[in-house]
Amino acid sequence: MRRIKKTANFIEKAMNTIFTSCGFLAVFFVILITGFLLTSGIPAIGKIGIYDFLFGTEWTPTSATASYGILPFILTSVYGTLGAIIIGVPLGLMCAIFISKMANPKIAKTVRASVDLLSGIPSVVYGLVGMIIIVPLVRKAFNLPDGANLFSAIIVLTVMILPSVISVSETAIRAVPKEYEEASLALGATKTETVFKVIVPAAKSGILTSVALGIGRSIGEAMAVMMVSGNVANMPGLFKSVRFLTTAVASEMSYSSGLHREVLFSIALVLFVFILIINLLLNLMVKKDKR
Amino acid sequence: MKKYLCVFYCVMVLFTILAACTSSDQSTVATDGSTSMEKVMGFLSEGYMAENPDTKITFNPTGSAAGIRAASEGRCDIGLSSRDLEDEEKAELNATVVAIDGIAIIVNPENPVTGLSIEQIAALYKGEVTNWSEVGGADAPVVLIGREAASGTRDGFESITATKDLCKYSQELTSTGDVVQTVASNPNAIGYASVASVRETVKQISVEGVAPTTETIQNGTYKVQRSFIFVTKKNAELTDAAKEFFDFATSEAADDLIIKAGAVPVSR
Repeated sequence: MRRIKKTANFIEKAMNTIFTSCGFLAVFFVILITGFLLTSGIPAIGKIGIYDFLFGTEWTPTSATASYGILPFILTSVYGTLGAIIIGVPLGLMCAIFISKMANPKIAKTVRASVDLLSGIPSVVYGLVGMIIIVPLVRKAFNLPDGANLFSAIIVLTVMILPSVISVSETAIRAVPKEYEEASLALGATKTETVFKVIVPAAKSGILTSVALGIGRSIGEAMAVMMVSGNVANMPGLFKSVRFLTTAVASEMSYSSGLHREVLFSIALVLFVFILIINLLLNLMVKKDKR
Repeated sequence: MKKYLCVFYCVMVLFTILAACTSSDQSTVATDGSTSMEKVMGFLSEGYMAENPDTKITFNPTGSAAGIRAASEGRCDIGLSSRDLEDEEKAELNATVVAIDGIAIIVNPENPVTGLSIEQIAALYKGEVTNWSEVGGADAPVVLIGREAASGTRDGFESITATKDLCKYSQELTSTGDVVQTVASNPNAIGYASVASVRETVKQISVEGVAPTTETIQNGTYKVQRSFIFVTKKNAELTDAAKEFFDFATSEAADDLIIKAGAVPVSR
């Protein structure tokens, strides 16, 4: 009896250690990545000068007089993300309302299943579809010489953020107590009024979370936008070929050397800071919600 | 279920341990350099290793400049470069041409243009000519498709057409396949890609009246081409294994492998 207890104790202790070490693994990786980005990204910024780096508009890393200004990339990433959010959030929100409030259960199930499937599609597939269908379509629709531009990238990003926006907003809408809706309807409000004046305001913080998630996803996307945005380091314009922060790192990493390579790490650092800020905002929102 | 998982783990562990064992009598030839030579090196080393299982050939795709540096510092047996050596590099390094790669100038099949001169190509890429009608095509804007800044193909193309850092690209794509795909889907596009990777979905045009074929590339009449080079140190002996591989790659026996990899063998 005693022996059994002893063994059980031992197993408990061992498992406890294993769980603890697994738990700290995530922390370890975050520290590792942060440390790596800081140590490899900061020296190059120092060499170029932070102003020339962040606000320089010329990116010519391989020419004789190399200059490393990443303002075009930063603005492109910001505009692209903003565009995707402006188009994607209303679409996603309406879809979430449709699934949770309007559709009959059978249709809602089908729509939800396809949204889940959409979120599982690898980004390279989005890029491929964008390259073969959206880019030529944009070229013909707007009578442009070339369809690979910021606009095409925004369309692809919009489709990519839809699943996270839809599923998170849907959960938020579902969490609104049924009584709110019933009370509103009983007071004589129509269904549309109820949705927009009662349910959406009540689910506001959940919807904002979905927006933050969408921003995170679209600012970090590399593969899909690389295939549809043209990748030229221009200052952004809706119908101009542009390069994002992510694609700037991804497209040149394999060949670069010396300072050029270090600068790519600095770009990754900038991207990391962006993501950090978004995560912080997200946390603040969730906290505010709990209060 | 648990049992299977356990067996699976054991097998994985066994594989990991076995992977560490390589027969000690195996010799290694380390090559380092041009990413454009990846395919040619793949075919050459596979073909060679099939006949000489005791030799292992490694390939480290670091880019031409890094390959040349590695060769001069003795960090690899053979450096690989897809650009010619500069004069100061020639002082201490030998360059041996292994194969030639033609860079095809491609347009959409709908484009009526069938040939351009190098000057015309340069004018197009520098943005001096922006409409196809100026070079004998339809009245439509020219869309310039290229590769990312550090690509070997881009370097080859820009040095041959003397357009270094002057190109006004509307798209910089990261792979040859993307370039072909984009040109195939845009009737106004022009691009460049290794001859080996060109598909029927695009049209290769002749340069200075010469179409890119194995013969014209080999005898040099097709101008837009570059050499794949083995870089070795002048005053140092190759190891036996490296010497043997070097001789194999530069012999006629390698020609078929080079053709299979899509490049053109050197004329002898």
